[in-house]
Amino acid sequence: MSIWEKHKIFEKNSIILVIGILLVVAIGGLVEIVPLFYLKSTIEKAEGARRYTPLELAGRNIYVREGCYLCHSQMVRPMRDEIERYGHFSLAAESQYDHPFQWGSKRTGPDLARVGGKYSDAWHVAHLTDPRQVVPASIMPGYPFLAAPLSADRIADDLKVLRLEGTDYTDEDIEKAKLDLAAQVNPDDPNAESLLARYPKAVVRDFDGDPSTVTEMDALVAYLQMLGTLVDFTIYDDKANLR
Amino acid sequence: MSLEEGGYAIFLGLLAFACLFIAGKAYDQALAFHAVIGAIMAGAGVYLIVKTYLDNGGATAPEEINGKPNYNFGPVKFATIAAMFWGIAGFLIGVIIASQLAYPALNFDLPWTTFGRLRPLHTSAVIFAFGGNVLLASSFYIVQRTCRARMPGRITPWFVVLGYNAFIVIAGTGYLLGVTQGKEYAEPEWYADLWLTIVWVVYLLAFLATIWKRKEPHIYVANWFFLAFIVTIAMLHLVNNATVPVSVFGVKSYIVWSGVQDAMVQWWYGHNAVGFFLTAGFLAIMYYFVPKKAERPVYSYRLSIVHFWALIFLYIWAGPHHLHYTALPEWASTLGMTFSIMLWMPSWGGMINGLMTLSGAWDKLRTDPVLRMMVVSVAFYGMSTFEGPLMSVKAVNSLSHYTDWTIGHVHSGALGWVAYISFGAIYCLVPWLWNRKNLYSLKLVDWHFWVSTIGIVLYISAMWVAGIMQGLMWRAYTELGFLEYSFIETVEAMHPYYLIRALGGVLFLLGALVMAYNLYMTIRYGEAEEPAGGVALAPAE
Amino acid sequence: MAHHEVDHVSGVTTTGHEWDGIKELNNPLPRWWLWLFYICIIWSFGYFLVYPSWPTLTGYTKGFFGYSQREAALNDVAVGASTRLAAASGLKDATLEQIQGDPKLLEFAMANGKAAFGDNCAPCHGSGATGSKGYPNLQDDDWLWGGSLDAIHQTLLVGVRSTHPDTRVNDMPAFGKDALLEPAQIKNVAGYVLSLSGGAVEGADVAAGQTVFAEQCAACHGEDAKGLQDLGGPNLTDAIWLYGGDEKSVVETITNARRGVMPTWEGRLDPVTIKSLAVYVHALGGGS
Ligand code: HEC
Ligand code: HEC
Ligand code: HEC
Ligand code: HEM
Ligand code: HEM
Ligand SMILES: [Ca+2]
Ligand SMILES: [Ca+2]
Ligand SMILES: [Cu+2]
Repeated sequence: MSIWEKHKIFEKNSIILVIGILLVVAIGGLVEIVPLFYLKSTIEKAEGARRYTPLELAGRNIYVREGCYLCHSQMVRPMRDEIERYGHFSLAAESQYDHPFQWGSKRTGPDLARVGGKYSDAWHVAHLTDPRQVVPASIMPGYPFLAAPLSADRIADDLKVLRLEGTDYTDEDIEKAKLDLAAQVNPDDPNAESLLARYPKAVVRDFDGDPSTVTEMDALVAYLQMLGTLVDFTIYDDKANLR
Repeated sequence: MSLEEGGYAIFLGLLAFACLFIAGKAYDQALAFHAVIGAIMAGAGVYLIVKTYLDNGGATAPEEINGKPNYNFGPVKFATIAAMFWGIAGFLIGVIIASQLAYPALNFDLPWTTFGRLRPLHTSAVIFAFGGNVLLASSFYIVQRTCRARMPGRITPWFVVLGYNAFIVIAGTGYLLGVTQGKEYAEPEWYADLWLTIVWVVYLLAFLATIWKRKEPHIYVANWFFLAFIVTIAMLHLVNNATVPVSVFGVKSYIVWSGVQDAMVQWWYGHNAVGFFLTAGFLAIMYYFVPKKAERPVYSYRLSIVHFWALIFLYIWAGPHHLHYTALPEWASTLGMTFSIMLWMPSWGGMINGLMTLSGAWDKLRTDPVLRMMVVSVAFYGMSTFEGPLMSVKAVNSLSHYTDWTIGHVHSGALGWVAYISFGAIYCLVPWLWNRKNLYSLKLVDWHFWVSTIGIVLYISAMWVAGIMQGLMWRAYTELGFLEYSFIETVEAMHPYYLIRALGGVLFLLGALVMAYNLYMTIRYGEAEEPAGGVALAPAE
Repeated sequence: MAHHEVDHVSGVTTTGHEWDGIKELNNPLPRWWLWLFYICIIWSFGYFLVYPSWPTLTGYTKGFFGYSQREAALNDVAVGASTRLAAASGLKDATLEQIQGDPKLLEFAMANGKAAFGDNCAPCHGSGATGSKGYPNLQDDDWLWGGSLDAIHQTLLVGVRSTHPDTRVNDMPAFGKDALLEPAQIKNVAGYVLSLSGGAVEGADVAAGQTVFAEQCAACHGEDAKGLQDLGGPNLTDAIWLYGGDEKSVVETITNARRGVMPTWEGRLDPVTIKSLAVYVHALGGGS
């Protein structure tokens, strides 16, 4: 009986109760979250992952804005069927530049972690504009409004904030952010070479079939086309990164 | 003018100017729009403070009338009505997005009507707008009555309730405009998050201050749960929403966490939004309304203690069960799974205390549909807290994750538990708050109960079948060892179940409309309770 | 707490407190509940011993058997692949013709092809492989790049106008956009092209169009306009149109060119699957 009496201290003093609650609810999070920042094994050693180009970043922001993650995962799980359907399982290294992460929790549509290069730009444009035109049974919404011009005048500020949060954007990246963005949709742009040197494996081309304007569609398709293309799995060491 | 009134007036006045300034300089139309709304609301706040001050000539409400506490029920009434309003809005949007999944043409190809923008509107409307207002109303009601003290402050309780609803308006309109941080259940952008932080701190203080004024020596168990809910949500909210805005003149911000760490922080938050918002808070509601309505003592004080501390300790660990088989390190996933299993009994402790409180009063279920609703809700709570640990087992989760099974689980918890206990509480509160003898019609409550129960059953059974089928189809192999179905075939197979789910949703919505009508009639035409020596209610200020 | 009152219905004492009329019974913890709780805890501790679980300062506890879900998955994939190959041994090294000649291998390749087609090809070529505007029908015997097994296989490997270094590529000039032809000339040549399959363009000078064709188009589409599969130049006489056979579409093609892209599958799909797909597509109807 007496042990139950001890509980009185919480029932009679709200501050002790609040402190007790705080202590009790703090532990689990500390143990599970903090090690992820210091354990080397958290993020695999994988060649190729890099920060986003300004255009890809702008596209990613549209992906977030439209809530694509509510239907699409970007996380291939280590299971035979998923590997056979989508490709190598996803690595933590592949989303290390993602603020916020977009792994998703529901697969109303297929996983997109490795969709880059799987289709043509024209297919993506047609699909995003009217999914049922290309996939009659699709239940994905149409996004014809993405043909609007992209407003990314301040993209350099976005890069600055991300650098503040730890992304390795260089001074040059930030200085040239707007130029880079324009160059990525125009292979003839004089800055294209510099862009490619700083962002390996970036794809430079007109994505939406309309070279006259940089549209939201350009940015989103540029983002989709780079998903999963950075890490070269022919040289990735699976055995070294089991965990 | 008191320090409190003056303080709020000055704060809101400054805020209104700050909003106007930002609206003028914003380069983002969405932010300009929100800043204007902010300025109008803050300005209206100043106006109301000054007006009530002048109208009352500075008089403050008495602490007691005839020796009985003069409870402050104005904000409670407001939150109750707001809950009903947002609930119907949220269910309606649920029906819309459910229909979109069956008939994608309903997305209308417009930015603000696509599924990706309406879905967060649905989740926030039901959880934070509907659930949140129920929690505000009931916590302010319960803490006053179980402490036998009037909430302190004249403006503070109103600030919490109105400020919270202002947050809802900003968040909800933001989703439609594409303003989102892209983190489930934490979608509002930095400025809305900041505002919510302020409101929440005031909420905690108002709640604690009422406890400090209490006339009972002990703090009632419902208030332990409310405190755990308020304190923990504050902690989760601050960490998960840590962000850096690109500019104060634009909506966009970047969460400081990234990749795998962000995933862990997100689901530490997301799971405990379930654990503390949708569970601890609503358990508090159960601990007051069930014994009150059944007129029976709470079953076991000792169980309350053990399951309270075990629940809040264990819940926090379970987040990684949302990240099984992802790029989250496996050790974390193991912890998430095992702690979910250990969480099973502490959860059931709440169910036992709720159900067993009825021992000796089971016959009331036949005659009191409100009590029946609450009891069914506790049963649903038991069911979803059994299903949850089951789905946390890695092998089960490998099948259920990403599928509609999760959606089924969510809604057995959300419709069966959260919404039903809320309905029960509101059915109790309305006559009590508006001083009515009884509800306008118990028959209509009965109708509400049955129509929505059929709705829930259709919803969750359709999703179980759909989810398990989906999971099995994704991993089905032909005899020769090749994947049997393409993804699009699994999409097509969902169609009939999406239709059934939408139908279930319509029934649930209908039930809520019946409820709203019943409440309206109760407030408008209900027979007044005799003030036979009872508590004299102060008019809403 | 002996002095506490007893609840008459249950005969259990209360804790003696009351809040707004609510009391609490002093019932003990239900036994079964407590035991289930203990069992869950014990089970969890057992699980900790076996699987990776607790983080430390430098790593994490690995569990008795060093189990890793990533390793298990890779094993599953390997086992799946090797059992499939065991069932159809030789698929890996067989030539495309050999596969077609061996019923067992063929059955296998068809199954493999069908499985891969649904998720990878159907989004463009349609679930029935009948194609749509801009995406060729794979059921008919009209081929842009050739319908032999090897031609199809090559198309799959390197794609068309894809990112593969050896991609099949042939860019029809944008005769109108780049001002290589006058609008009137375009109209005439469109008239000529359509006349080959029984169509007509009102007001077009077909004879003039034929001259333009011989000068500008024959290099890719052939003197007789029956196409040059080595170059991917489509046959313009068979009334099978990739982009539509009405005047507007043809004029649009000549004015702007189309340059449809077929992705490369090398690297994304494994070599056996690509071979199987070639056999599968070849068998769809139009293989030559
Ligand atoms: C209502 C759910 C839904 C939303 C929201 C949605 N999608 Fe989809 N998506 C689907 C479905 C279902 C499919 C499969 C059918 C198809 O290909 O259209 C799909 C397919 C895709 C594919 C093809 C993937 C593949 O490998 O075949 C891409 C790419 C895609 N969606 C991108 C997006 C983007 C980008 C957005 C946001 C702008 C988005 N989706 C929003 C449901 C959705
Ligand atoms: C992004 C859309 C896309 C996808 C995905 C795609 N294709 Fe194609 N495919 C095309 C286009 C466009 C062409 C026509 C290229 C041209 O204009 O020459 C084509 C051409 C072909 C051809 C040559 C047809 C001919 O007449 O010579 C074959 C064979 C083929 N595809 C098979 C496949 C198979 C098998 C797959 C799946 C592994 C596949 N395609 C996936 C777009 C696609
Ligand atoms: C450099 C090679 C080349 C030349 C020169 C060329 N074409 Fe083409 N043509 C192609 C290719 C390749 C395609 C397939 C579509 C595509 O990818 O652009 C094509 C497609 C077409 C089509 C559409 C066929 C369909 O099925 O829809 C028409 C019509 C056509 N060409 C007409 C002409 C005419 C008329 C000329 C001369 C004025 C011409 N082409 C010159 C390469 C050429
Ligand atoms: C009329 C009643 C309702 C209908 C028709 C409905 C419908 C839906 C639909 C269609 C989805 C999206 C599922 C998907 O993406 O596949 C959804 C998600 C969700 N709903 Fe509801 N809903 C209803 C009521 C509620 C209530 C009352 C709550 C909470 C109190 C709730 C909480 C949620 C949550 C949390 C999700 C997100 C689930 C996840 O991400 O896993 N819903 N709802
Ligand atoms: C012991 C209690 C519970 C446990 C262990 C538990 C466990 C789980 C698991 C394993 C998932 C699936 C995660 C995934 O695969 O993505 C899940 C999802 C969910 N559960 Fe529970 N659950 C419990 C109780 C509840 C209750 C009472 C509710 C109340 C409403 C609830 C609401 C949700 C929601 C909203 C999601 C969806 C999250 C998302 O993906 O967006 N859960 N839960
Ligand atoms: Ca979710
Ligand atoms: Ca937020
Ligand atoms: Cu959870």
